[in-house]
Amino acid sequence: MSAAVELSGVSKHFDDIVAVDDISLAVGDGEFFSLLGPSGCGKTTTLRMIAGFEFPTSGSLRIRGREMALLPPNERPVNTVFQSYALFPHMSVEQNVGFGLLMKKVNKDEINTRVKRALDQVQLAHRADARPKQLSGGQRQRIALARALVNEPEVLLLDEPLGALDLKLRQSMQIELKELQDRVGITFIYVTHDQQEALTMSDRIGVMSAGKLLQVDDPQNLYEHPRSRFVADFIGEINLLEAKVIDSETIEFAGGSRASAESEASNGETVTIAIRPERFGLHGSDESPPVGRNTLEGTVVRRIYHGDFFFYDVDTPAGSLEVKEENRPSVRQFEVGDRVLASWSPVATTFMED
Amino acid sequence: MSVGVRPKSPTERLLAANAWLVFAFLYAPIVVLAVFSFNDNNNVGIWTEFSFRWYGEMFQNAPVMNALKNSLIVAAVSTTVSTVLGTATAVALERYRFRGQRLFDGLVYMPVIIPDVTMAVMMLLFFASAFRMTGGFGLSFGLGTISLSHIAFSISFVAIVVRARLGQLDPSLEEAAADLYAGRWMTFRKVTLPLIAPAVAGGALLALTLSLDDVVVTSFVAGPGSTTLPVYVFGLVRRGVTPLINAVSMVMLTASMVLVAVSLVFQRERGGRSVSGDA
Amino acid sequence: MSPTELQESPTDVVEVATPKLERDARRADARRGFLIASPSLFYLILFFAIPLGIVFVYSFATRSSTGLTLLEGWNLDSYRRLWDPLVGEIAFRSLLLATTTTAICLLVSYPLAYYMATRTARTRTILFVLVMIPFWSNFLVRTYAWRVLLGTEGPISQISEALGGDPIRILFTNTAVLIGLVYGFLPFMVLPLYASLERMDWSLIEAGRDLYATGWTAFRKITLPISMPGVIAGSILVFIPTLGAYVTPAILGGARTTLLGDYIVSQFLAARNQPFGSALSFAVLAVMLVATIIYFRSGARNL
Repeated sequence: MSAAVELSGVSKHFDDIVAVDDISLAVGDGEFFSLLGPSGCGKTTTLRMIAGFEFPTSGSLRIRGREMALLPPNERPVNTVFQSYALFPHMSVEQNVGFGLLMKKVNKDEINTRVKRALDQVQLAHRADARPKQLSGGQRQRIALARALVNEPEVLLLDEPLGALDLKLRQSMQIELKELQDRVGITFIYVTHDQQEALTMSDRIGVMSAGKLLQVDDPQNLYEHPRSRFVADFIGEINLLEAKVIDSETIEFAGGSRASAESEASNGETVTIAIRPERFGLHGSDESPPVGRNTLEGTVVRRIYHGDFFFYDVDTPAGSLEVKEENRPSVRQFEVGDRVLASWSPVATTFMED
Repeated sequence: MSVGVRPKSPTERLLAANAWLVFAFLYAPIVVLAVFSFNDNNNVGIWTEFSFRWYGEMFQNAPVMNALKNSLIVAAVSTTVSTVLGTATAVALERYRFRGQRLFDGLVYMPVIIPDVTMAVMMLLFFASAFRMTGGFGLSFGLGTISLSHIAFSISFVAIVVRARLGQLDPSLEEAAADLYAGRWMTFRKVTLPLIAPAVAGGALLALTLSLDDVVVTSFVAGPGSTTLPVYVFGLVRRGVTPLINAVSMVMLTASMVLVAVSLVFQRERGGRSVSGDA
Repeated sequence: MSPTELQESPTDVVEVATPKLERDARRADARRGFLIASPSLFYLILFFAIPLGIVFVYSFATRSSTGLTLLEGWNLDSYRRLWDPLVGEIAFRSLLLATTTTAICLLVSYPLAYYMATRTARTRTILFVLVMIPFWSNFLVRTYAWRVLLGTEGPISQISEALGGDPIRILFTNTAVLIGLVYGFLPFMVLPLYASLERMDWSLIEAGRDLYATGWTAFRKITLPISMPGVIAGSILVFIPTLGAYVTPAILGGARTTLLGDYIVSQFLAARNQPFGSALSFAVLAVMLVATIIYFRSGARNL
């Protein structure tokens, strides 16, 4: 089975600006794939190239194995849900949804049936005669979705489709979108700058920065094992520590503390490791450190109460650590000034490649 | 506006007084003209009694009717052509990038800022030269030269009005149409054109008004028998005030007001609809 | 440009993108834009640029003793004549009139626009329509109305006489022309001013008042700068046509008050000095261009 969308060596230059820099990527059939990155990273340009609104400066872009890099949008079997929804204000909901089929010259009866089915699917059949202006934000979002899905595209492209909605609605739409995608089985390519959104919905995520695709992974791997500082930092909170490689199983921090970590770096090399705040456990310095875990000793310099958890800032010779501890009776609490041991499992250590 | 609900300050009173004076200034002459046009007296200044006499005479007056016919022909031709060309210009300037575009842009703005008199001189010398060169073809000044001249200055006004609207249009609407399998022409016909229609109508109204208003350019390029109504009236007015001109003037004024009213109603109906998809 | 059907797509592009192909696609797009522009481009070159060029050429031509224009013996005589005291006097009178008209329009329109912008939405709409109607109404007729109004037997004179005064005799004077011009172009000033004031965020004024500014200071420091684009746009829209005005002076002005507009016209109709008339037209156009450049530089183009 060929990939739904396959980009190889795709670049896009706007005059002197390199918006997308040599991206290669294969999105599988039926996959929910997210392009994640800050604004200006090239994710939207990538999406627009798949849609056909921009032509790549170089590279190959295949949809279902067919080369389409230079095909205009109306000749591509993909549909887009726009950030602003782009519903035609002069047409009714029904006309909006039926527009693609009309342009494809599908016969009238079939258009009616399919439009009705699409509207049912998004539970808005009762608003068929309304104008987009008369709909709420969430309803417009659904119509935009229906307008794209009614054409049964090979790939559905979504450009920050939830960006204009408020938080509550956004969260419920996330679940709705994911369920919809499972139901229709269409490949989704979803552009967002919201890491939580990407983690929640995606099968795989591609993180972009400055036109480059830095890492493509499933959400869990991406979160647990970011390969670069940018990815580590962009997705969630993380502690970055410098250390020196002693041998293939040991590293040494500033101040002389040693820890076990398997690395492929050569001895004596300086490396950066990343550890998520919630991967740490805190113990009193009077306690014996847990067996098989690395430890760093330090002083609590700040404690922030977050209801269901605490954030501690711990100063250690290796650097300052941010530690997240659950607020449970079985978890010991510390005060500012306490001497503590921060422990973590060797497998929770990730080496940065840059 | 909170300013409006505060107790009336002296400044507020002055502002209101000024506003009413200005409106009085704007409308008093029109009202006087309207009243006098119904005056049944050969002498404008002396009121005798209310009558439609001068309106009746106007319709009997061959030169007036002929000039009116000429005006309508010229206005229809120039409005149609300049609306089409002006809209195309707006689309080309706002939606495409091509070589020489900035120069074209400048050329489009020129007729807007050029004084009537200069435009008139230009067209006169141009047609005179052209006819001299093509002497034998029997071309001469007339409704043709008037229409061509009116189009020349109307294209720009239409283009500017339509372009402003195009600029406000959410570009993703046109992309959405292309995404939904509409080719360029269908995108224009089904999405762009309906959304800029109020501006196209506004531009057409402007072109129509400009054509029906023009005296200077027309009087330079008109030939024998091709006088338009404003030029004919202008000629009469220079000689003096007559009750007949009052009646003709009122008809012209009423015509423009009807046009404005139609356009306002039209804009109101469309105005309720948002330009972009996400109002 | 027929709608292309997906199922039977005729263009089966198999190439991958290359810089050359992308450039080709961009060029094809540019060609399409040029194609759409070309009818108007052709029209404006033929019926605007070339005529303008002809006027330019004529301004260097020679006038024969019989008043014919000879396209030979190219010279700068016509431009030299622009420095003639008579021309200077006419130009000065026109500039003064245009400036005065613009100033009066501004002084009257600003408070009006301010008043309009501070009304409730409903009142605003009504007042806006009241300004729109004269804006769209036939200019010639509106000017003619003043001829009726100011005539020796007109209502103003009659009222004056009824009150025991002298008949008012301002028709065919510069005052009459000034009144006519202000009347004619007032809406052109009100509309851009209103547009700039209507968009204003009035909470800024309240913020200003909150910071202990007096009403006048708040106006000077906040409202006026924000409405500046409207002031400039309105001034240009009034100044340009009044400088070249022809219809208003012809109807309301007297024989001894020649202005640039009728002076140019007379070079073609009465005096038959086309080269000089062409040079004059060009000089007026130059002034307009400068004014317009100021307009665009001021960033007031959103009207």
